[in-house]
Amino acid sequence: MSDHFEPVIIGFTCNWCSYRAADLAGTARMKYPPNVRLIRLMCSGRLDPTFVIKALAGGADAVLITGCHPGECHYIEQNYKALRRHLLLRKTLAGLGIEPQRVKLVWASAAEGAKLTHEITQFVDEIRGLGPLHWPQSDANGHSQPAETEVTA
Amino acid sequence: MSSQPIPLHLPGEEPAEKIGVYVCHCGTNIAATVDVAEVRDWAGQRLEDSGVVVSRDYKFMCSSLGQELIEKDIKDLGLTRVVVAACSPHLHEGTFRGACKRAGLNPYLCELVSIREQVSWVHTDRHAATDKAKAVVSGGVERVVRNTPLEPLRVPIHPATLVVGGGIAGIQAALEIANAGFPVYLVEREPSIGGHMAQFDKTFPTLDCAACILTPRMVEAGGHPNITLLTWSEVVDVKGYVGNFVATIKKKARYVNTELCTGCGICQEKCPKKIVDEVYEAGLGYRKAVYTPFPQAVPKYPVIDVPNCTFFQKGTCRACEKLCPTNAIDFTQKDELLTVEVGNIILATGYDLFDARRIPQYGYGRLANVFTSLEFERLTNAAGPTNGDIVLRDGKTKPQSVAVIHCVGSRDRNYNNYCSAICCMQSVKFAHLVKERTGAQVYNFYIDMRTTAKAYDEFYQRVLEEGTLFVRGRVAEVTDAARLPGEAGKLIIQVEDTLAGKQRRIPVDMVILSAALEPRRDAKQTAHLFGLSCSADGWMIEKHVKLDPVATMTEGIFAAGCVTGPKDIPNTVAQGAAAAARVLGMIQRREIELEPIKASVNQEQCSGCRICNNLCPFNAILFHEDRMVSEINPALCQGCGTCVAACPAGAISGTGFSNEQILSQIDGLLMLNVARQSAAVAA
Repeated sequence: MSDHFEPVIIGFTCNWCSYRAADLAGTARMKYPPNVRLIRLMCSGRLDPTFVIKALAGGADAVLITGCHPGECHYIEQNYKALRRHLLLRKTLAGLGIEPQRVKLVWASAAEGAKLTHEITQFVDEIRGLGPLHWPQSDANGHSQPAETEVTA
Repeated sequence: MSSQPIPLHLPGEEPAEKIGVYVCHCGTNIAATVDVAEVRDWAGQRLEDSGVVVSRDYKFMCSSLGQELIEKDIKDLGLTRVVVAACSPHLHEGTFRGACKRAGLNPYLCELVSIREQVSWVHTDRHAATDKAKAVVSGGVERVVRNTPLEPLRVPIHPATLVVGGGIAGIQAALEIANAGFPVYLVEREPSIGGHMAQFDKTFPTLDCAACILTPRMVEAGGHPNITLLTWSEVVDVKGYVGNFVATIKKKARYVNTELCTGCGICQEKCPKKIVDEVYEAGLGYRKAVYTPFPQAVPKYPVIDVPNCTFFQKGTCRACEKLCPTNAIDFTQKDELLTVEVGNIILATGYDLFDARRIPQYGYGRLANVFTSLEFERLTNAAGPTNGDIVLRDGKTKPQSVAVIHCVGSRDRNYNNYCSAICCMQSVKFAHLVKERTGAQVYNFYIDMRTTAKAYDEFYQRVLEEGTLFVRGRVAEVTDAARLPGEAGKLIIQVEDTLAGKQRRIPVDMVILSAALEPRRDAKQTAHLFGLSCSADGWMIEKHVKLDPVATMTEGIFAAGCVTGPKDIPNTVAQGAAAAARVLGMIQRREIELEPIKASVNQEQCSGCRICNNLCPFNAILFHEDRMVSEINPALCQGCGTCVAACPAGAISGTGFSNEQILSQIDGLLMLNVARQSAAVAA
């Protein structure tokens, strides 16, 4: 792995909380690394797991999913569905031989620009550490390898 | 999953859409960090195959000239899609959609992508920021190709309004709307409207008596034919959306039949149970178990406080029942649930006072003669527990010297970072009242004097001339441990006088803490109930702090007064009126256009698995047993898209956020469009 690896991360945000947290981070001129490119959804419940798989298949090294805190969903409880899907996704990814920590779920309210900034910064660091995403068949040795981390969630 | 994005045309073939890309400088807000010209050129050249036919930049895209630029291109070049790379869609999506609409393009064929909040303001590396801006534009272009023309939904606005909170903000808002001829439900959880203002004696800077200016308003609100006053009541549930809310209000049992009660007050007089009044009298006075908080209460009907009523606790007494001349006492009353339909809601739930016990070094609750600001308000109030005499906790001794400490719990990183806005003026008012009524020497301990509104500084100058001493410095400690002669039996203020540059110990008889205004203790629950957000401090977040201070992120719900942050009375009243004006504007429109973001089921594709049925929290999905397919009721659908994501057959699609749009945006953000183009060129 090159020392200068800069991951590309796709981030899914909720229109009501985390997208506004990103707006707030901007308005407050907080700084985070430019690796995350955000997509706005109306709710984290809109996140079809396929979006994540497609993003990873299309060249993203990781995917960040953000939503309202449990109990604060604009649509009552749909973020819990995002939570379930996230857990399933991690299992599925592990089964595909991809480190499950490439998909991260973060709760961030509209007031938590600082939290979102912190989480993005940390996540980019984690993915820099993991290195680029190689689908198992494109492994350096040409072998397909299972992920090392077990999902216990 | 239904379909994955397919290129709309083969390389070399004419694209199906004509897209215009507009990159904004936002003065230097974007241009300082993002090379706008490079993004413009890149989009024009590299996204040509996706359909970009024109790419421009402009200093301020949102200005009328910027908008005209877009409108002209739509007309002259026949653009079928528009992408604007500028600020957050929450700020200017409406602006650019409006420009498209004026030029004859369906407004939903315009995408605003954020390269300010999400790029230039949060990144520092110009090269990396420019690259990210390109990716963001590319995502927007790929997405906009998949946008479909939509028509906004029109829904009627119910003419009634729910005002939550009966302080001066809520009263003002309710009166404005009621006077304009529309019905208002004014809900207050205490037995009377009036709020904090009803507890005050004098109001700064004019020193008019709070009751003299407030009670006429209370009476007007109480008797207004268009206002349904619901005191001793709380909103317990809110459903629906702008124009069509359904609120459930719990009317707590008063145990007094308001049809019969004349408000004569005999029950209060005869009730043998005396309780310290922690709410209205701030713990300084007493009330009975059956009570109205104060004589001018609106409505005049008392309530029975169940936990303190001898009858409810022991089954005996019934003095009020026996002695009521109109037989209005009714111990059998039950809480009632009331359902009301309203078009708009104004939240005016006010503030709570900072608990000064949290700063132990100031001795509140431990040193008898340390008072909070609200306690002092009650002390000076002619209708208060001492009939307006400023005396020590013993109830008789007049203080010879008084200290007023500013910023207690405000501007303090241990408690609240914010300034409570009213304390400087309130403390100056206290100094004046103490001086006027007792002749005592008054010291005010301040960090900075903030006297920013009309006639405020003049009042401060006047109090300075009256001889009040102002010491600049945050008080370290209030103690009764005497060390020096003259300190025995006194409260000693230990403070660094930062103007004189020395430590001082000042002995006084009485200390008043100008405590911070804090969000209501249940602000989070309130926010949740109404679908709003609280800031990190706990105040409700307004839609725009400068340009839309009385609207919230949820359409149809407005906020007025201290619910969004500390405010003095003039600002609170102005906000109450402003919120009312916004509501009246909505009512006058009779109907409102809503974002057409809804899910719908393609019944041909639906397999009737019913997975979606249980996912919808709004019960918008119904299942047709006969045909074995699900259908979504658009009136109930809120557009979250959870069912779209869950449908295993891909039979549900969501307008505005379709699978095709999102998958295409992912492709664009990952620059797969550009990669495909390069591959085609190489081939």
